[in-house]
Amino acid sequence: MHSFGQRANVLLTFAITLLALMCAIASVSDNFNSLSPHAHVQVVNINWFQKKSSGDDEVSLSLNISANLESLFTWNTKQVFVFLAAEYGTPKNALNQISLWDGIIPSREHAKFWIHAYNKYRFIDQGSNLRGKEFNLTLHWHVMPKTGKMFADKIVMSGYRLPQAYR
Amino acid sequence: MGWIEDTVTSVKSIQLRQALHQTISIGLIVTSALMIWKGLMCITGSESPIVVVLSESMEPGFARGDILFLRMSKEPIRAGEIVVYNINGRDIPIVHRVIKVHERKDTGEVDVLTKGDNNEEDDIGLYAPGQRWLQRKHIIGRAVGFLPHVGWATIIMTEKPLIKYILLGGLGLLVITSKD
Repeated sequence: MHSFGQRANVLLTFAITLLALMCAIASVSDNFNSLSPHAHVQVVNINWFQKKSSGDDEVSLSLNISANLESLFTWNTKQVFVFLAAEYGTPKNALNQISLWDGIIPSREHAKFWIHAYNKYRFIDQGSNLRGKEFNLTLHWHVMPKTGKMFADKIVMSGYRLPQAYR
Repeated sequence: MGWIEDTVTSVKSIQLRQALHQTISIGLIVTSALMIWKGLMCITGSESPIVVVLSESMEPGFARGDILFLRMSKEPIRAGEIVVYNINGRDIPIVHRVIKVHERKDTGEVDVLTKGDNNEEDDIGLYAPGQRWLQRKHIIGRAVGFLPHVGWATIIMTEKPLIKYILLGGLGLLVITSKD
């Protein structure tokens, strides 16, 4: 009637279907999580600010970053990638996004943090528009699930301004 | 002696019928796989809707053998997104995160810089000689979904071709020998 092969086939198909269903449910369950993250960033110091020989402005910042991202973690969260980006517009560019600092948060226990950092990536403009430039600092997070849909959001912090003169 | 001829012709016709049936089954499997792939291409707008992660540069987020689902929409590319890009002269696409974006006001064209989460350096060293930014044309999709470990079969098969041939041969034999 039913050969070994047929039985094995049915069992395997059933197991895979069940696993796929569980993965889908785990991914969907992320949507029921209510998020209440908050962050605070302070520009402590402009370490230096100059025009490079290429004509582009470059600035080096010291930052104090504190954030609480504990609410992003669910049972389906593998890690949260968090980064702080400077965002501003110039006459040439509608949007410039420059990542200044980033980190990987592996678990809820590490999701409430305070850190003092220099900008990890070079803050270079495409041109010479940074003097007196007002910019936003935006804390972005990208949640990587154990399985399923990835999602991302951000907190925009505005009202930061670079000095009028190089130093 | 007519019954012998009858038997012979009936046996012959059965074998022909079976052979045809098997050919059609194989054809069905191949064409449905092709249809699913092409259908996914249409829905996602990406020329390769599913990719297998081959390197450790995005650890611990993505490990070797994980599968990523890609989408390519009209939406602008933004910092933090994980994109898959192709560099001229390289055949393997790279999955890395966008860390800088400069979007032109007049044309909307973007200059993008990427970096692997697990790499110390940004990707300028991976780009073509003299290339400093990625443009939209290099990017074939952004990662939207994730399934762990499922891609290991692909990695094993590309790295140990013998296993691939054994597997393919076995499957072919199974299809040919199976009765229905």
